[in-house]
Amino acid sequence: MIKKKAHVVVIGGGILGTSIAYNLAKMGLRDIVLLERQYLNSGATGRCGAGIRQQWGTEMNCILSRESVRLFEHLEEELEYDHSIEFKQKGYLFVIYLEKELEQFKKNIALQNSLDIPSRLITPAEAKEIVPHLNTDRLLGATYCPTDGHANPFHVTQAYAKAAELLGTTIHTYTEVLGIDEEGDRVRGVRTDQGTISCDIVVNAAGGHAALIGNMVGIELPIYPERHQAMVSEPVNIFQNPMVISLYHHLYIQQAPHGPFIMGQGDPNEPKSFNIEPSWQFPLEVAKKVAEILPPLKDLKIVRQWAGLYDMSPDAQPILGESPEVQGFFTSAGFSGHGFMIAPYTSKLMAQAILGEEPEMHIDMLNYDRFASGKLILEPAVV
Amino acid sequence: MSDDKTIMCRCEDLTVEDIREWIAKGYKTFEEIKRVSRIGMGPCQGRTCRQHLLRELAKATGKTLAEVELATFRPPTKPVSLETLAGGEVDD
Repeated sequence: MIKKKAHVVVIGGGILGTSIAYNLAKMGLRDIVLLERQYLNSGATGRCGAGIRQQWGTEMNCILSRESVRLFEHLEEELEYDHSIEFKQKGYLFVIYLEKELEQFKKNIALQNSLDIPSRLITPAEAKEIVPHLNTDRLLGATYCPTDGHANPFHVTQAYAKAAELLGTTIHTYTEVLGIDEEGDRVRGVRTDQGTISCDIVVNAAGGHAALIGNMVGIELPIYPERHQAMVSEPVNIFQNPMVISLYHHLYIQQAPHGPFIMGQGDPNEPKSFNIEPSWQFPLEVAKKVAEILPPLKDLKIVRQWAGLYDMSPDAQPILGESPEVQGFFTSAGFSGHGFMIAPYTSKLMAQAILGEEPEMHIDMLNYDRFASGKLILEPAVV
Repeated sequence: MSDDKTIMCRCEDLTVEDIREWIAKGYKTFEEIKRVSRIGMGPCQGRTCRQHLLRELAKATGKTLAEVELATFRPPTKPVSLETLAGGEVDD
C-alpha cells in the first residue's frame, strides 16, 4: 500500500507540509511522499485563529508575511482549487493600552513602512471609525493595516494538498512515523507503522511534534508544544471588518467571512505540554475581556471551544533549513503561532533550499544553530 | 421528490447532495467532512445532522454505523452568551 521509495518524504499534513510538497512538485519534483499521522489539518493548522497579518516587529517576519499575502491574493487561481479559500483583506487593528507598547509599535510601524507594508499608527477616534463598537476608554492609540486579513485554514491546506497530488505527490494519511534511518551522516529512509520508505531527503514539518522527529536523527531542536485555546460564536450579520488584537490582553477577535466571531487568548503561564484539552477557565476569562473591549459582542452566543498546539521556538521565529549535522534532514517548524499566515512564501523558500537552489530570500539565519551562537531574532509582537 | 435536496445540516444549510459531493471528493471521515463543509459546526453542534452524516458515511465506506468514528464533542453543551460567561463562576 505505502510507497517504498521516494526522493523526498515530508512529515506533517498541516499547512507547511502540504505547501512545501506543492512547491517542490511545482518546481518539477515528481517523487514526493507526504506522511500524516491522522488526517490533513488534524493538528495546529486546523485549530489556528485563521488570521493573516503583516504587522510584525522583525524584518524577517514582515517580508515572509508580506510575500505570503501577495501569494494568498491569487492562491485559489494558482492552485486551481474548486472551493473558496475565504480570503478576505479587511485589516488588523492592534489596540494599544501602555506607553511602553506604544513605543514598540512606533518602531514596528517604521520597519513595516520601510518594507512597503501599508500599516499606520492611528488615534482612538480613528480606530472607532474602523470598528464602531470598540470601547476606546484607556486606549492610547492603535495600528491598522488594511491589507491584513483572514483565510480558511482547512481549505488552504486542502488546496495545497490537492494541487500537490495533481502534480504527482503521494499523500499517506493515518500513517505514523516511528523512526528515521541514517547511513553515515545522511538520511536513508523513514520507518512508519505502515512500512518503510527509502528516501534521500526528509522534511520535518511536524509542528508541535517537530522536536520528536528531530530526536529520531539524534538532534535537539529547541521547539516545544504549548496549548493555545480558541472559541467561536454562532454566525451573525457582518459588522466587524478587521481582526481586533490586543497584546496587552493577549487576545484576538475576528469575524470570519461567513459570520461567526473567532476569539483566542494566549496564556503567559501555559506550561510546555502536548495537552490539547480545552479548559473551563478559558471562556470565562475571554468573555470578560471581550465584554470590556468590544461591549456589544456580549450578546454573542459561543457554540464551540477548542485547543491546539503552538510549535514554540525560543525567539518565536521558525527554524528553517537543512541540519548541519544530518545531511538531507530539513526542518520547517517552530512557527510559534504564525505558521499559517507565512506558509505560502516560507514553503516556496523551503522548496528552493531543498532542491539545492539559492532561496530568493536568505534563510540561513533561521537555522537552529542560531541558538548555540546566540544570534536570536526576537519577535516582540506575538499573542 | 428526490431526497438529494433534503437539508441535512440546518445550521449551515447543507443538503444531502452537498454532503455526497464532499464524500465523492474523497473526504471519508466525520472530522474531515466537518472541516471542509462546516457540517455540525453551527449552533446545534451536530445534534440534528450527526446521525444523518454517520449513515451517509456508513453507506459510502461499507462500514456499519457503529464502526463510523464520531467527531470530537466540544464544549459548551449548549450555546452560551458571552455576557453569561463574563458573569464568571459565581452562582447568580
